[in-house]
Amino acid sequence: MTYLIQNWRSVGSLLGEHLWLTLSALAIALVIAVPTSILLVRVPRLRGPVLGLLGILYTIPSLSLLVLLIPLLGLGYWPAVVTLVIYAQLVLVRNLVVGMTEIDAAILEAANGMGMNGWQRLIIVEFPLALPLMLAGLRIATLSTIGIATIAAFINAGGLGVLLFDGVRSSNQEKIVAGALAVSLLAFGANALLRQAERWSRRGLDA
Amino acid sequence: MSMLVADELTKQFPGESQPAVDAVSFTVEPGEFIVLLGPSGCGKTTLLKMINRLYEPTSGRFFIEGVDARDMPVTALRRRIGYAIQQTGLFPHLRIAQNIAVVPRLLGWSNDRIEARIDALLDLVGLPREFRQRYPRQLSGGQQQRVGLARALAADPAMMLMDEPFGALDAITRTRLQDELMAIQRKLHKTILFVTHDIEEALRLADRVMVMKDGRIIQFAPPLMLLAQPEDPFVAELTGASDLLRQLSLITVERALAHPGLQPSTDETADLTPLHPQDDLRLALTRLLSVGDEGLVVVEDGRMCGRLTLNHLQAVLRDTALLGAQR
Ligand SMILES: Nc1ncnc2c1ncn2[C@@H]1O[C@H](COP(=O)(O)OP(=O)(O)O)[C@@H](O)[C@H]1O
Ligand SMILES: [Mg+2]
Repeated sequence: MTYLIQNWRSVGSLLGEHLWLTLSALAIALVIAVPTSILLVRVPRLRGPVLGLLGILYTIPSLSLLVLLIPLLGLGYWPAVVTLVIYAQLVLVRNLVVGMTEIDAAILEAANGMGMNGWQRLIIVEFPLALPLMLAGLRIATLSTIGIATIAAFINAGGLGVLLFDGVRSSNQEKIVAGALAVSLLAFGANALLRQAERWSRRGLDA
Repeated sequence: MSMLVADELTKQFPGESQPAVDAVSFTVEPGEFIVLLGPSGCGKTTLLKMINRLYEPTSGRFFIEGVDARDMPVTALRRRIGYAIQQTGLFPHLRIAQNIAVVPRLLGWSNDRIEARIDALLDLVGLPREFRQRYPRQLSGGQQQRVGLARALAADPAMMLMDEPFGALDAITRTRLQDELMAIQRKLHKTILFVTHDIEEALRLADRVMVMKDGRIIQFAPPLMLLAQPEDPFVAELTGASDLLRQLSLITVERALAHPGLQPSTDETADLTPLHPQDDLRLALTRLLSVGDEGLVVVEDGRMCGRLTLNHLQAVLRDTALLGAQR
């Protein structure tokens, strides 16, 4: 704790790196996952193969994937982001697809019967109704991204993992505790924030 | 011009041995209340869904106000036809006001116009305006069905399709909503296609009943004609043609009063047990037998709207017998 207070400037900048890595990875992951999910909802026969592929990618241990990408992307930020994006895909796509395909058929029939076109139905009905599950997926993806981003310090991607690896290398107990504490606080904060968002997205749904 | 003309409409689902709807032709005039009646699986829903093109006909055509439905963009066609279903299909994440506003918004109405319309519709279907801000799950089944009705009426469509809208409600709520739907129909003169498998509901609501069986129309006639002249043993069984009391129970006081050949007498005398126009004739007969010649007054909303005598009942039954004898 004292380490955190005495070194707030360097810890702060590592936290900034960690946040940036996490947020940019999640943003990219969403930009890929949302259209992919919509495609899978509209074309059911793609669901099995695509979710299967994402499942296989998810199974590769994160450290191996980070290292495997070094020959392709070198060290630093980019291989880390690519790894994080790949890991987030499965849970984001799966939750969004389930959320959209589980909508009551009568609701979709009403939407069509009232004269919505495909896009209007997506924006007005399907997406909002899938939002709670999608946010639940995003929350899980965020927590695992924060965790894996810690390991990314191993390939020079920066972030709070630096405290942990430095601490281990130099047997600096205080540094290790400080790093662990900072990562945990970040995870707890993100969790609380996204839970709140989930609750908001469920308004009306479980009255 | 006719509101709806169907010409040999057919729907054959892939892999089914029989067409769900088999070359049906019929005409519906503006302002008519049509009830599609028949057992489960006879093709009522399929026929209804062809009208707003949720299902495309396998063959045949239909015309809405003279225009071939295939010549209209499908979204435009649907936005001018109100659609209400048993499961309501209300959007659970949208407030009542937003649910009602969906079609007007799709049509690009101004906010002021939409807000005014929401208030008017809540009044019309008998819901308090405070319900604007509620979510569908916070309402009872009957209230949700009222919202469904308001939503279907929102853009003031000339035609409404209603698929067993009251099918899941308890008997008392159902009767009340039937009454209110009839009142709305009298006020707004919508053309309504209403699906039910309940003969009493059909005879109560319909100007004409379309009796269906195995994808075909067995008979398409006004309620009294259906009772008097069932064109098929199936219809006769449905209406209990051999059971006079059963038949009387299916006819409302209102219909008997409107029966041609009898002037509704309206001389006022106090009466202890007035009838309501929606009461059935079996109840009326029971009461008439105890009061005798002077008949019973019929009262609606505290106002006398006629006097029903045994003559009315006899006239209805005589016509029933005559029509039956012509066969
Ligand atoms: N989407 C569908 N696919 C295949 N068969 C269907 C479909 N919808 C209805 N059917 C069949 O068509 C027939 C008529 O069904 P429906 O119109 O729903 O009857 P009703 O509304 O009178 O109960 C039934 O035999 C039903 O199984
Ligand atoms: Mg049906």
